[in-house]
Amino acid sequence: MSSDRTLAPNSLSLNDLPWQIKYSNDRCTLCGQCTASCPVKAIELSVFQKRIIKTSVNQNQDHSNQYDTFYGIKQKTRVENACIGCAICTFVCPNDAITPVKNPGLDRLKFHINQQGVPRRRGGRRNASFSVLDSIKFTRISMLTDPALDAGRHEFEMRTLLGRILSPRENIKRLREKGWIPPVRQIYPMIIGGMSFGALSPTMWEGLQMGVAYLNEELSMPVRISTGEGGCPPRLLRSRFLKYVILQIASGYFGWDEIIHAIPHMKEDPCAIEIKYGQGAKPGDGGLLMWHKVNKLIAAIRGVPQGVSLPSPPTHQTQYSIEESVAKMILSMSMAWGFRVPVYPKISASSTSLAVLNNLTRNDYASALAIDGEDGGTGAAYSVSLDHMGHPIASCIRDNYLNLTKIGKQNEIPIFAGGGIGKNGNLAANAAALIMLGASGVQVGKYVMQAAAGCVGTEEDRCNVCNVGICPKGITSQDPRLYKRLDPEDVAQRIVDLFVSFDMELKKIVAPLGRSTSLPIGMSDALGIDDFNAAKRLSIKYVV
Amino acid sequence: MCRLFALTSQDPVSPMLAIKALDVMKEGHDGSGVGLLLQDLGGPFEEMKDAPILSGIFSEAGIRRLDLFMMDQGFLTKYKISLKIPKKSIEGIPRRDLYLIRAYELPEEWDSFTSEEIAKRLMLMRLKIREMGEEKQDMIVFSFWPDTIMIKEIGDPMQLANYLGLDRKELNARVIMAQGRQNTNYAINLYACHPFFIRGFCTMTNGENTAFIPIKDFLTSRDFPGYTGYQSDSEVFAHILHYSTVGLDLGIDAYKHIITPLQEDDLRKHPDAEFLSHLKRTCRPLIIDGPNCVIGTLPDHSLFMVQDRKKLRPGVVGGKPGLFGFSSEVCGLDAVIPDRDKTKDIQPMHIDTAIVSPDRQEVKICRQTEPLHLTL
Repeated sequence: MSSDRTLAPNSLSLNDLPWQIKYSNDRCTLCGQCTASCPVKAIELSVFQKRIIKTSVNQNQDHSNQYDTFYGIKQKTRVENACIGCAICTFVCPNDAITPVKNPGLDRLKFHINQQGVPRRRGGRRNASFSVLDSIKFTRISMLTDPALDAGRHEFEMRTLLGRILSPRENIKRLREKGWIPPVRQIYPMIIGGMSFGALSPTMWEGLQMGVAYLNEELSMPVRISTGEGGCPPRLLRSRFLKYVILQIASGYFGWDEIIHAIPHMKEDPCAIEIKYGQGAKPGDGGLLMWHKVNKLIAAIRGVPQGVSLPSPPTHQTQYSIEESVAKMILSMSMAWGFRVPVYPKISASSTSLAVLNNLTRNDYASALAIDGEDGGTGAAYSVSLDHMGHPIASCIRDNYLNLTKIGKQNEIPIFAGGGIGKNGNLAANAAALIMLGASGVQVGKYVMQAAAGCVGTEEDRCNVCNVGICPKGITSQDPRLYKRLDPEDVAQRIVDLFVSFDMELKKIVAPLGRSTSLPIGMSDALGIDDFNAAKRLSIKYVV
Repeated sequence: MCRLFALTSQDPVSPMLAIKALDVMKEGHDGSGVGLLLQDLGGPFEEMKDAPILSGIFSEAGIRRLDLFMMDQGFLTKYKISLKIPKKSIEGIPRRDLYLIRAYELPEEWDSFTSEEIAKRLMLMRLKIREMGEEKQDMIVFSFWPDTIMIKEIGDPMQLANYLGLDRKELNARVIMAQGRQNTNYAINLYACHPFFIRGFCTMTNGENTAFIPIKDFLTSRDFPGYTGYQSDSEVFAHILHYSTVGLDLGIDAYKHIITPLQEDDLRKHPDAEFLSHLKRTCRPLIIDGPNCVIGTLPDHSLFMVQDRKKLRPGVVGGKPGLFGFSSEVCGLDAVIPDRDKTKDIQPMHIDTAIVSPDRQEVKICRQTEPLHLTL
């Protein structure tokens, strides 16, 4: 651009972008792999000119200019082509000639990602790396007054319950009178949270399901996986593996025509039904699958036309009030499977969560409550929802658990915590902290994508393009050229690695606390934090 | 770690027997206190089995307040034992005004009450006295129950027993539980001293209870006023026993299924698998994680011992027809019943409940894998 030209408002320089490409012309062989693989076409082959001025001390000698032309990689500065920092260019470069670098200053791009008046939409989670869960320490170590246990050799029963559990007295009464006792599943305390078929690529979904089947059938770990709101492939619905699956129904009811019709053909009951009323990443907003990802297969499973965006309504259309329609929906879903399958709502963490919980305590058919905190991930949401809406998970779980304790129902409605568990890689520590604050188990999604498939998204706003189906790793894409990059067998293997190592880490946490015969739900005396206000808020010890 | 000794005898015996056992197990406790339970009493209390006995420690002001309170409730003193304290203090034992052991006549209007109603009212009165005492720091009450005496104090067990003159006929009993205290996590508070008593059920424990908080939260939310206190993490064992027996109407063979349920594979093979898996689920917050050895008594004067799942705090039961001892260490048992057949000593395993019933003829082992005496 010449210096006397007018500037458009959204003219950006490289310095304004959040990610800058660092490129070494010396090492580049111009193979073109980086430009071909960049998901946002942020880089292109370009021609550069170099001027060499030749001067001499001898006045009589002519001065001359020599112009040289060379080829190299140029970074585009257009808003739609701004580098997302995914580093797939680095990944494919055979000569280590290129890498994106985070702009250490404040980028100016965010002021411009609203072209045509459309606010930014993206995938990922809240762009904030701090997590209070990481600050929680396990301070009640058994040593001399009671011996610590051997995490490697001791027997552990680290299982949890999903389902409405009656009070001991009521349960004995119903056994005696042969009354209905709500279904309860004994499961592993870490559930793979709802990521839909559609949001995830077919290879990713297949890999997850294979990993879960292996964990159950070969390693006897009762791991469960939620489908998210996107239906379930017909073959899986009719297979014996359905028992490892939690079918999710949400406000778009996508895929439920297929599911309802498959009920008579089901060989096994699903583990549970999750009714999604809210999601931590976009509380108060519905699911979103953008048109880019709605191909023939996805459209068929969801029962919708191809190539249209699928925004689910923020609430279930039939919802009038929690007392009536939520209760009816829970009852209807229970009835569909003959009252043999636990049905529970999933909500986003909110200062109103307590009201939901209190209502569920009075509904015998409500099996649990899943609460998703502000750090939960998503395949697509408005950036403003991701970054600014929602409630932190720790205090929400604690409030709900303490409320149950007050009314004596802490064992009756299990609370499952989701949203930001393992955000900074501390999966087992975060999960154990939430369990000791009162959760019966945790739901994990983003960490699973990161560990099992190499998702590169971070809270530094890296990548986060899951919504438009250009995932460079093929995890959230419906483009066969991209999802072929992911081998389902490898994903399955990594799922197994992830759960087996989590299991060992969980034991390494509970064993020194002297716990092995039951999951330490609500064992808040084991926890401490070096923040006085957080300690007070969570009713745990303040330690410095 | 605390040392525990309990005995059950056909004939009333002196509490000094149990104190002697604690004394030989002295290496294992720091002498920071002793707790004593006497039940199935001999001596003068033999004749007044229905009269509730109030046990506790009172200051001069406290006893005056107690008398007023009891008169107000219509209770008259029927019999009392005065423990004469020597004038000379002993280092390590606090100076108290009065160790109270007093049997009361029930008010006439209680004649029409059911035994359940009486039990409830006696417990509420004990809690009220405790509350009054905590308010002015002038009364400590350990039990208020027929045929039951409890004495707790800070100090070395043997020194304390001599100081209080416990070797006297009026205190002879057929069931005795004694605990030599190791003061670890908690400041010295007599309400943190075992054994713990609730409506005829009594337990004492060694080791720490690592699952204390969830258990306490569960019990305190049962809407039962007696589930309170918890100055010690071991108090919950007595309350779980009461909850399973009275609250759930289950036998002693179910107690272990609540505190240490069978693991899934064993549970599936159990003849009462369905009932037990429901019990395990619904009583999940009551699962103890040990390491604990629990010795307890039931209202019918049965004595029992159980371990946690890990059995990291073993105990031993042995004796001869007419006299059995339950001890945290073998040396304690040797000191009290040296002439028993030691080959018949039993160290209950992780799935066992060792029980000596009131006939005191044998040690019965109830294994968790055996069928349950269901009340269904």
